[in-house]
Amino acid sequence: MAINEKMLEEILNKYPAKVKRNRKKHILIRDSALETQEIEANTRTIPGIVTNRGCAFAGCKGVVLGPLKDMVHIVHGPIGCAYYSWLTRRNKARADEPKKNFLAYCVSTDMQESDIVFGGEKKLARMIDEVVEIFKPNAITISATCPVGLIGDDIQAVAKAARAKHGLNITAYSCEGYKGVSQSAGHHIANNGLMENIIGEGDWEEPPSKYTINILGEYNIGGDSWEVERILNEIGYEVQAVMTGNGSYEKLKNAHVAQLNLVQCHRSINYIATMLETKYGTPWLKVNFIGIRATIESLRNMARYFGDEALIKRTEEVIEKELAEIEPQLEPYRKICSGKTAFCFVGGSRGHHYQGLYEELGVTTVLAGYEFAHRDDYEGRDVLPNIKADADSKNIPDLHVTPDERRYRLKIPAERMEELKQEIPLSNYKGMIDDMTDGSIVVDDLNHYETEEFIRILKPDIFSSGIKDKYIPQKMGIPTKQLHNYDYSGPYAGFRGAVNFARDVAMGFATPTWNFIMPPWKNQPLLEGTVEDCTANTCVEEVAT
Amino acid sequence: MRQIAIYGKGGIGKSTTTQNTVAALAELGKKVMVVGCDPKADSTRLLLHGLNQKTVLDTLRDEGEDIDLEDIMRLGYGNTKCVESGGPEPGVGCAGRGIITSINMLESLGAYTPDLDYVFYDVLGDVVCGGFAMPIREGKAREIYIVASGEMMAMYAANNISKGIKKFADSGGVRLGGIICNSRKVDNEHELLKAFAEELGSQLIHFVPRDNIVQRAEINKKTVIDYDPTVPQADEYRTLARNIDGNDMFVIPKPMTQDRLEELLMTYGILD
Repeated sequence: MAINEKMLEEILNKYPAKVKRNRKKHILIRDSALETQEIEANTRTIPGIVTNRGCAFAGCKGVVLGPLKDMVHIVHGPIGCAYYSWLTRRNKARADEPKKNFLAYCVSTDMQESDIVFGGEKKLARMIDEVVEIFKPNAITISATCPVGLIGDDIQAVAKAARAKHGLNITAYSCEGYKGVSQSAGHHIANNGLMENIIGEGDWEEPPSKYTINILGEYNIGGDSWEVERILNEIGYEVQAVMTGNGSYEKLKNAHVAQLNLVQCHRSINYIATMLETKYGTPWLKVNFIGIRATIESLRNMARYFGDEALIKRTEEVIEKELAEIEPQLEPYRKICSGKTAFCFVGGSRGHHYQGLYEELGVTTVLAGYEFAHRDDYEGRDVLPNIKADADSKNIPDLHVTPDERRYRLKIPAERMEELKQEIPLSNYKGMIDDMTDGSIVVDDLNHYETEEFIRILKPDIFSSGIKDKYIPQKMGIPTKQLHNYDYSGPYAGFRGAVNFARDVAMGFATPTWNFIMPPWKNQPLLEGTVEDCTANTCVEEVAT
Repeated sequence: MRQIAIYGKGGIGKSTTTQNTVAALAELGKKVMVVGCDPKADSTRLLLHGLNQKTVLDTLRDEGEDIDLEDIMRLGYGNTKCVESGGPEPGVGCAGRGIITSINMLESLGAYTPDLDYVFYDVLGDVVCGGFAMPIREGKAREIYIVASGEMMAMYAANNISKGIKKFADSGGVRLGGIICNSRKVDNEHELLKAFAEELGSQLIHFVPRDNIVQRAEINKKTVIDYDPTVPQADEYRTLARNIDGNDMFVIPKPMTQDRLEELLMTYGILD
């Protein structure tokens, strides 16, 4: 069943007029006959609409900074923000140096009433001293929570003083939760901070190997980054820094030497990608390591960028070997999955990335969307000049970098770069809409009501989203798959990850649980009995008693 | 127990007027507690003969939660109970939150004893944020007096404060008891303030004339009654105290528009 404009109108008619006008702009039915299809995104959620979105603090500390393992991430605020951002994203890490993986710790200034009244700067400074003494991390970040901004603690000054005192890279992020319209604001703030204070701090001038790359926007959820690195290493790439899954200060500070930056999650990291290009002349390539075809295409594009015959050959060999390993494993799962339909509503890139993998399993994505993406993630970067900055986005400072006089160099000749741009997504992302089939639905900032309505009409076989909305469809008898944290599974990236994903999704379809969704009292009688004819004796006895 | 909050433009003389009035009430035999709600902690200086009061928040910070009422309350002139809420140094933290904290602390320590006739809250400046509205929220202070003068900005502030009172009048049951004029000797001040108060639906509860004896008493860290009970100015404060004591006019103010306020000034404020 597909949704047409009339049915969409009916869904929206339940809203008050003003809300309807607003939400209508966030939903479209894919029609490739139209030259462009515009969608509204990155604007304020209507209060009370039950969104999945998070806050700037979640985007900054929770997503971008949090996975950096050899740093201690201090949360300056009352304890809740630290507690609820503690290991919840399943960004895994393995220590490079013994005792230098601090991800399991929850470090917070635990502001109390008197800290709010008198200001928390002194407490924060004391905490930094303690952190340095106890953990001896390679660097420290400080993330601000809402009350810090309200009472005006100058965390930048505290960080600066601590930096001088301890001779350690200590940086502060003014990522108060109320900034911006979603966690997207926090990504931007974190990007600015990493670019300004960490990337380029290292003293390397030359890449350590011939094919040195960074992976941006890969957070190692369930071990994704490890699977991607395994493949890349096998081909012969040197991964300098991953931003930020399993990442570290030590690697990040020399990230400027890479010859190519791969961008997995465009939304959360495109700021650093473009700034690295401006400052060091390093182009970025939009990749997607989710799905077999997408992984192969990404690997081939990388090889084409470097243009080295041996590398191209090696890439094909690895692809062939990997495919031979996984194809037989995938087959049984494909049989279970084939012909099914899916909803794919995830943060800022997976809503797009997972559609290809689903397709390879025979699952059609009938609805997709992003929680906090911007228009360029839907419509492609060509739309960037047309996006008008509103008051909310102007609130987040833009960092302007200039070419580094000493370190800027073109990694490939300018003409070659222009040629390549025609062939591969170099410094470009074409967005999600382009890949979607006609008649499928694109929804920005999907909410509870719309989730229920779209499920009712489209009856998908699987709903892939996050923890906040997974129980709505599940209670409607529809399997769910969390694509934010993978439901305690993974990796799902690369070749072997595709098998894991196929296995988990097939398991969701095949589980006998769904047979028990209908409680027995809904389709079975509560009482059973027979009606007997009244004989003289029984009736008399009844009356007598 | 009548709980009274004094508001008004910064520098208008809230603390001076409050303490002089309290001294007059004490002279009448009333039992009064004064709660200073200003981070500067100078609301009880005249009653205590100097700034020798440790604030609630300082005590809370130094001693932790385990504090006694005696640690934060001093007896001043005429056995008035004096408390200073205190607050952070300028430019840091949240003074508004501090006032909420300290009033809650006073309540939990049992400072509001039934023998008290009056509690006065002397609140800093305008109602700048939620914290400074604390005394009039949740029905703590039910009576407000606004100190004003014939100067434009003082009246503007008084009108603005009236908006705050109106907002809390429904939920907290707070009412405006009147406008106190602390004279600045501007043209036709008495008539102007009287008209202003009436326009708000309230009254000019007393016109306190300007007298240098107030300044002299302040330099000596005393209220006028304490410093020289015989001077005419002492009687002015006695009248104000009696007017407040006998007041039965408590209204929800009707704040006026900026245009109306300016009209009022045009009508009464210029003497030719």
